[in-house]
Amino acid sequence: MTSLVGASVVRKEDPNLLTGRGTYVDNLQLPRMLHMAFARSVEAHARLRSVDVSAALRVPGVVAAYTAADFPGLPSLGGPAPALERPTLAVDTVRFVGEPIAVVVARDRYAAADGVAAVQADYEPLPVVPSLDAALADGAPLLFPDLGTNVVNQIPLADDAEAELAAAPRRASLHLVNQRLAPAPMEPMAAAADWGPTTLTVWASCQAPHSVRNRLSALLGKPSHEIRVIAPDVGGGFGAKAAWYPEFVLAALVSRRLGRPVKAMETRSENLVAMTHGRDQVDDIEVGFDDEGRILALRVAITQGVGGYPYGDAVGLPFLTMIMAAGCYRIPKVVAGFKAVLTNTTPVSAYRGAGRPEGSYLIERVVDLVADETGVDPLEVRRRNFIPAEAFPFTTHMGPMYDSGDYQKSLAKLLEMIDYDALREEQAAARDDPARPLVGLGFSTFVELGGVGPSAMMEGFGMLGGWESASARVNPDGGVVLAVGTSPHGQGHETMFSQIAADVLQVPFERITVVHGDTAAVQEGIGTFGSRSTPVGGEAVKRASARLLEKATQIAAHILEAAPQDLQVEDGRFTVKGSPDRGVDWPEVANKAYRPTQLGDIEAGLEATARFDPNSLTFPSGAHCCVVEVDRDTGRVRIRRYVAVDDCGTVINPMMAQGQIMGGVAMGIAQALYEKVAYGADGQPLTTTLAEYLVPSAAELPRFELGHTVTPTPANSLGAKGIGESGATAAPQAVVNAVVDALSHLGVRDLEMPVTPERVWRAMQTNGGAR
Amino acid sequence: MIPAAFDYARAGSVEEAVALLGLHGDDAKLLAGGHSLLPLMKLRVAAPAVLVDIGRLADLRYVRDGGDHVAIGALTRHHDLETSDLLEREVPLLRHAAGQVGDPQVRHRGTIGGSLAHADPASDLPAVVLALGGTLVAAGPGGQRSIAAAEFFRSIFESALAPDEVLTEVRLPKVGAQPWAFEKFSRRAQDWAIVGVAAQRNNGTTGVALVNMGPTPVRAADAEAALAQGASAADAAAVADRGTDPPADLNASADYRRHLARVLVARALARMTG
Amino acid sequence: MRISLTVNGVAEEADVEPRLLLVHFLRERLGLTGTNVGCDSTSCGACTVLLDGESVKSCTVLTVQADGTEVATIEGVSAGDGALNPLQAAFQRHHGLQCGYCTPGMVMAATSLLRENPHPTEEEVRVGLEGNLCRCTGYQGIVDAVLETAAGGSR
Repeated sequence: MTSLVGASVVRKEDPNLLTGRGTYVDNLQLPRMLHMAFARSVEAHARLRSVDVSAALRVPGVVAAYTAADFPGLPSLGGPAPALERPTLAVDTVRFVGEPIAVVVARDRYAAADGVAAVQADYEPLPVVPSLDAALADGAPLLFPDLGTNVVNQIPLADDAEAELAAAPRRASLHLVNQRLAPAPMEPMAAAADWGPTTLTVWASCQAPHSVRNRLSALLGKPSHEIRVIAPDVGGGFGAKAAWYPEFVLAALVSRRLGRPVKAMETRSENLVAMTHGRDQVDDIEVGFDDEGRILALRVAITQGVGGYPYGDAVGLPFLTMIMAAGCYRIPKVVAGFKAVLTNTTPVSAYRGAGRPEGSYLIERVVDLVADETGVDPLEVRRRNFIPAEAFPFTTHMGPMYDSGDYQKSLAKLLEMIDYDALREEQAAARDDPARPLVGLGFSTFVELGGVGPSAMMEGFGMLGGWESASARVNPDGGVVLAVGTSPHGQGHETMFSQIAADVLQVPFERITVVHGDTAAVQEGIGTFGSRSTPVGGEAVKRASARLLEKATQIAAHILEAAPQDLQVEDGRFTVKGSPDRGVDWPEVANKAYRPTQLGDIEAGLEATARFDPNSLTFPSGAHCCVVEVDRDTGRVRIRRYVAVDDCGTVINPMMAQGQIMGGVAMGIAQALYEKVAYGADGQPLTTTLAEYLVPSAAELPRFELGHTVTPTPANSLGAKGIGESGATAAPQAVVNAVVDALSHLGVRDLEMPVTPERVWRAMQTNGGAR
Repeated sequence: MIPAAFDYARAGSVEEAVALLGLHGDDAKLLAGGHSLLPLMKLRVAAPAVLVDIGRLADLRYVRDGGDHVAIGALTRHHDLETSDLLEREVPLLRHAAGQVGDPQVRHRGTIGGSLAHADPASDLPAVVLALGGTLVAAGPGGQRSIAAAEFFRSIFESALAPDEVLTEVRLPKVGAQPWAFEKFSRRAQDWAIVGVAAQRNNGTTGVALVNMGPTPVRAADAEAALAQGASAADAAAVADRGTDPPADLNASADYRRHLARVLVARALARMTG
Repeated sequence: MRISLTVNGVAEEADVEPRLLLVHFLRERLGLTGTNVGCDSTSCGACTVLLDGESVKSCTVLTVQADGTEVATIEGVSAGDGALNPLQAAFQRHHGLQCGYCTPGMVMAATSLLRENPHPTEEEVRVGLEGNLCRCTGYQGIVDAVLETAAGGSR
């Protein structure tokens, strides 16, 4: 049987999704189900004096309306300390526009919307802190006065590296903004709950159903075995659906109170203020280097936006930026530190890359700056600073060890795909011809962190561990069912895990079904985030399959009257090595596995479970190139080519791996050129629909040219590193480097994302004019 | 997402629509394709108490040869304009511009009448009709009247139509194969123009109208005058933003819009001479 | 208001509120949950269906406006047994979907596009899908699926 690992098998998931048979939460219809919707704060910072739901209750079709006061002991959404917790429904203070202040429950979503419109709130406005600068200014208004500051968490610079920076022959500074983004999965947040006499069932568009169940159990005081959480088809998550949302608790409590199932799905306008935001980081960088472009010292001071409540991951994300700040490079002295800062904005949490894109962006911009200052070619600067292939595993400045990599090889592969010299010649010719747009080349050689992670580290993040679980069982007819603890939201796990299991078990791909996203059907799992499903989940699947195979081999051996060690399995058949005519097919083994009369002393049954706890993280990497044209008159940037070489170690399904890269790169290009969550000085969000928040369409994006290299990881036996977040980590700087490169002859050194046509035009004016 | 509740009346004729508008006054809005009005209602930015649906008045959907002009029924959809052979021959500027409105799904529903009556200065067709020097025909309680395009757009979201008038027809001069250009600068393909330019030569005079450079579509009057006096395209384009009052918003500052107007007019005029 | 229309070839009659959006009528009154809601500004196209054979965003059509029309949803262009039509099969071959939420709208928009332009260039496909947003795929698989279908499905 040809190995399926490494094959571009088409997805099992697709027929349902293509024919409109997806099971997204809002498709759920249960008898007597009610619709729940939130009334939300219209003030960015205010005392909430009162919330009056009486008019809402009079709206026809509205069954109930509640504020926090209606749920004594309502658990909070969490936070790093009791005084800093985010309430599930606002109590006396609101800290961002969109913060829930009441829920309305109605027989249909139309009545619920009318009910929400009728809720009245009395606000006493407080001074608004709309930005990081405002939050850190002397005398800034405080979101939590008792804290005495808006800095909610920090790791100061261990030392300032001033000696090393001063000693370097050359030195430069860079101030980079990694702007606030909205994850905006196509499916907004949705949750439903049915609290019956004994069991609570919750449907949640989430990334970690077991975690949701365990947390609900703790918050609601209901034993976990009486709670079932189902993540059905989830329409994208990107990290934001790993956060904790008020719907989860409130749908359950409202269902219990009213004795009916309750469903809530936010509108897109709500989603753009209620779902956690990503990025919102500013990096102040000092770099010391020599005339040959070797980087000698790097100091990074990170200011991380947290939003109105420190309840998401934002307080910890900059730690990941710190870890990855040196990128692919061996830099003798690296120091980093951060401040996590509250502002009256939507809370920030993980978003595709979660702290690592920020790190990759900053170091790749630094590298181009060093190239610009020294006159050394930016590719040569990279080569001179790369961690060499023989130095792996490489211990980084902060301790984590890069598992494997060959950055020179990825770059060399990239250069096979572009004619670098010809592009530079073309750039020069275009520069000299006023009738032609300016041409720019931007590179991004990146490394990112995946396969989260070793349990010691994950316990530190409040999780049970960093393992992942898989169970495999064979039905009497030979059909295989895998239950995995990961929880996909588009990644194609059913296909990918079937490929791995098929190779181990030697059963056809079509005879394997994968079950996930249901705590009643799947053993304890950790979930999907941090590019872990392949390296950790895949390894668990492989091990569970191997354990299952052991039992099956034992049974086959019994049937064949041979020793298990003398058997091999291939193409659905167990045979005695060297005697191919002595064999038994999988279905016969499966059937006999449940017939004690056929098994001698062997216990009936054919199932196995495994949990894989990785000893290390994985570090996917790659080399991307972006070729842009810049309109000299309007400043518009057009991406002419985007070439990506990625190294995720062993590739399970090349077509799906490419899909992850293209989707991630699309998000990265969107960050570079289109998207930004904007707030006014009064804390009012300005990008509240997809007409203002510019998610690009196919018309805005280029065709991608993709290549790959393979440096397997020792972190698991598959050699697989994961790839889900690589594209979003690599792309923004490839694009920005390209535009800066196009304008560098005008003296432009930096451009802030999103690099809008107006920003480019202004840079061309300020730095020497368009022609 | 969910509009506020409203009463709904279907007009079986223009006369009935006029009567219903008169009956309900300020409480009523006309519904044609709905792609200007419904998005506002879904965000509850607009909440008319009554919608008078004229969408079924099939005899207001046509593109006809009117002799010295092309007559277009107000309920003609952008998609119909985009695929009209008659427009391709006689008013290609409109045919082309209609194909740039929104996206294909929007173009299957949105109508020229709805777009013009909505009077959004950021929409494409008002500027096109202004550049062409068209005439709008409206039906009201007192009968029919013609309004020159130059008088039709009063202010942002405000046209010359009385609350009880229905736009029934748009008349555009047959310009045939004379030079024209349409430049639309937007962030994404489906977006409204940050700035747009519609330009049409007709018997030696060039009409240039600007999208999103003020509270209404506006003629680049100084540029037109310069051209009439024999100025070069470049010189005319350099004054294209005079007399405009461009907005500043998330997408662009007023300065950048002025710059874009000059650049896009230059490109439009270059297309027309090249 | 009483209305009647044909949905996926089946005659339907209903009494609806004037403000009931067509997408909600389809999803909630008829149980055709294949069509999804992705935004509230007519931007994303997840709700795209065919109305009298042409793609429309069903979130921006009142059900009363669809009175007397023929509506086709993703369920209507799919065979009942899960078999894929040529465009759907091409989507699968080219990995034109990941989470699937935009997919029904994308397939309906592409269906309409190919009816109006049977042999589009890549640029025409990309611009033709300007009204449909996807957050997962980066669009290349979608574009390739549409191009392959236009070419007669060479594989």
